[in-house]
Amino acid sequence: VKAGDPQRQQGAGWLFVAPAIVIIGLFVILPIGMALWVSLSDWGGRGSPFSSDVNFVGTDNYSALLVEPGLARQDLMISFRNTFYYVIGVVPLQTILALSLAVLLNNKFLKGRTFFRTAFYFPSVVSSVAISLLFLFLFAGGGAINSVLGWFGINGPNWFADARGLIHILGDAVGLWSISDPPSWMTEPSVMGLSLWQWFAGPSVALMAIMMQVIWTTAGTFMLMFLAALQDLPIEVEEAAMVDGANKWQRFMNVTVPHLRPAILLVLTLGFIGTWQVFDQMYVMTQGGPAKTTLTPAYLSYQAAFDSFDWGEGAAIAFILFALIFVLTTAQRWLLRDKDASAQSRAERRQRRRHRQRTRITEADQRKAQTS
Amino acid sequence: MSTPHRRRLTTLVAFGLTTTFALAACGGGDSFEEEGGDGDASAPASAEGPASLVMLIGSSGEAETAAVEEATAAWAEETGNEVEVRPATDLGQELAQGFAGGNPPDIFYLDASQVAEQASQGNLYAYEAEDNDDFFPALQEAFTYDGQQWCAPKDFSTLALQINTAAWEEAGLTDEDIPTTYEELATVAETLTEGDQVGLVLGPGIDRLGAFVVGNGGWWLNDDATEPTGTSEEVITALEYVKENMAAGSFAYAADVDAGWGGEAFGTQRAAMTIEGNWIRGAMTNDYPDVDYTVAELPEGPAGPGTLLFSNCWGIAAESEAQAQAVELVNYLTAPEQQLAFAEAFGVMPSRQSATEDYTSAFPDDAPFIAGGEYGHGPINAPDMVQVVADLNAQLEGLRDANVQQVMESFDTNASAVLGQ
Repeated sequence: VKAGDPQRQQGAGWLFVAPAIVIIGLFVILPIGMALWVSLSDWGGRGSPFSSDVNFVGTDNYSALLVEPGLARQDLMISFRNTFYYVIGVVPLQTILALSLAVLLNNKFLKGRTFFRTAFYFPSVVSSVAISLLFLFLFAGGGAINSVLGWFGINGPNWFADARGLIHILGDAVGLWSISDPPSWMTEPSVMGLSLWQWFAGPSVALMAIMMQVIWTTAGTFMLMFLAALQDLPIEVEEAAMVDGANKWQRFMNVTVPHLRPAILLVLTLGFIGTWQVFDQMYVMTQGGPAKTTLTPAYLSYQAAFDSFDWGEGAAIAFILFALIFVLTTAQRWLLRDKDASAQSRAERRQRRRHRQRTRITEADQRKAQTS
Repeated sequence: MSTPHRRRLTTLVAFGLTTTFALAACGGGDSFEEEGGDGDASAPASAEGPASLVMLIGSSGEAETAAVEEATAAWAEETGNEVEVRPATDLGQELAQGFAGGNPPDIFYLDASQVAEQASQGNLYAYEAEDNDDFFPALQEAFTYDGQQWCAPKDFSTLALQINTAAWEEAGLTDEDIPTTYEELATVAETLTEGDQVGLVLGPGIDRLGAFVVGNGGWWLNDDATEPTGTSEEVITALEYVKENMAAGSFAYAADVDAGWGGEAFGTQRAAMTIEGNWIRGAMTNDYPDVDYTVAELPEGPAGPGTLLFSNCWGIAAESEAQAQAVELVNYLTAPEQQLAFAEAFGVMPSRQSATEDYTSAFPDDAPFIAGGEYGHGPINAPDMVQVVADLNAQLEGLRDANVQQVMESFDTNASAVLGQ
């Protein structure tokens, strides 16, 4: 066999990827496979989940979480509600903040650029546990934030102990309803174990404090991605736009942002995935409280497994969360797709199809002509 | 272009899956055999020769770790065994990992609220320490599940009423006024509520409110822990009592006065009284040495005295290979002299009645706490109740505006669902 023989190259290829396959198999595929099995079993956390006295229970764990009315479903729905508000609060704000910071720092005439870049990126480098502890002090009832609010005569809430939802507070403020006595048209109808009143609570004050922390910490990382993409933007394009008489805002909206589309897509996707999986902050700061308003699916999964030893349910929550993230990011990619590009490719496809049809028709005609 | 690529991917996935199952099969193999010892009190696994024991403790701090290490080292010296003491940062999680890996610590702290859960999973080896009847009956009860006592009580704590001396005197109250009934408690709390200071500050949740339920003669579950009794009159009355006083402003939760727990509120003097256990002593000496206070037994409810009792026991793993040695170690550690040494070192109360007298003479101030050993009630002791209790606690956080009947109805529904299984 010669050195250039394709047969032999394949063997060498396998040899080279073998370490990666073993490592991925051992640390990624095996645990996922095990977790999937656990989510379908009644394993109680004792010994191996593959031992003979662990039973296959089918989709029992999933149906307890999604179908049967009960505490498991109620908790999961509460965690989805919380995380939903969390995501729609955090993702847009952190993206906008990161983009603005990147644009500011991309200004060549800004003095001390390196300093600002480091300063903005700093929170992303510090351990999230350390930052969470810091924020616990900042947002304490008598903490720095409330003291600052006090200068303006605002009596700040006791952030991490306040379970009132934002929508509830706003509705209460404009006189739509009273928090202590919610209207029955909100409390009566129940969807998936939660009343409308609970669904439309909005993020609680405690959750909002966590959201602020997360936006502040992650904006730095995403800023770096935007900065990299901005540095790719050819100066000529910008200059051409200037020559065309575009002002700053127009240049930003019509030149910079379209150019950054792939980076924005990346940041949004990473943001979505990261926010749906939020765990550390809840673990360190609130443990799901007050009144379960900072309960998230990832934390609930941990609780189910390690506090109530319901490992099957914990694993099932993880897979439900995976499915949800998968569906939502796919939907988000579809919504944010490059409409021109996709219209073009669709047009091409249509043309190809028509072409194929035409040839088929001509072939059929020819055949007909031959038989007759 | 795309076909060979796809084929290679399929091979890769197939290879990965094969590896998975091969490894899984290896992992599963060894656990088939080791199913001995499940709660089988008659035949403890005994290691040949000197055993080497691993002990996992949820230590309150340096002092506790040092005291436990010293005591176990003395025992090891005496018997020729070895003991490694591991202080856990997250006891529950580390225990769970040990059980899942099939290699749990031989002996560990186990909270009374966890006994039913762990016992029902088959993780515990049931045993009784020497002279079991000497332990407070309420403690024996707290570690009993399914008609069997699973482990020996290590020590215990109870709730009592702490009163800020300065605030008390300022309000013109004397020793005569120390409340002995719930009505009196409400009255003095009202008297003591002034400006920033709230009469009585409580931690939220059933671990404090439960004391009022016991005082009213009720409990969250029935005696056999087979059915919830959340909507019973006793429970509702107790919660309504707290709710009314909260609405009046003389009771509050710790979070309402910007504190993490009752002790902090008491130390910062936002609370004139609080209900905490003997652990508050350490916090007061370390963090708030200037605050003078007295401790009284909780006032009696309509059904007599009532408090809550918290306790850990020495759990022994069903998987342990040296159960006999572990029981010997427990015997050593629960001996009255040893319990008194622990009390001296890190302020816990001995679980043995025979040690009570010596304890009260050494620590006369703790008499109100240890009195609770006679009438205290242990935590909810039934498997699968963690989430149900967590839900109740979450709802009780909003007790001031809550509809008590509705809250307890939802508790009953949730609890019936898991207890009925």
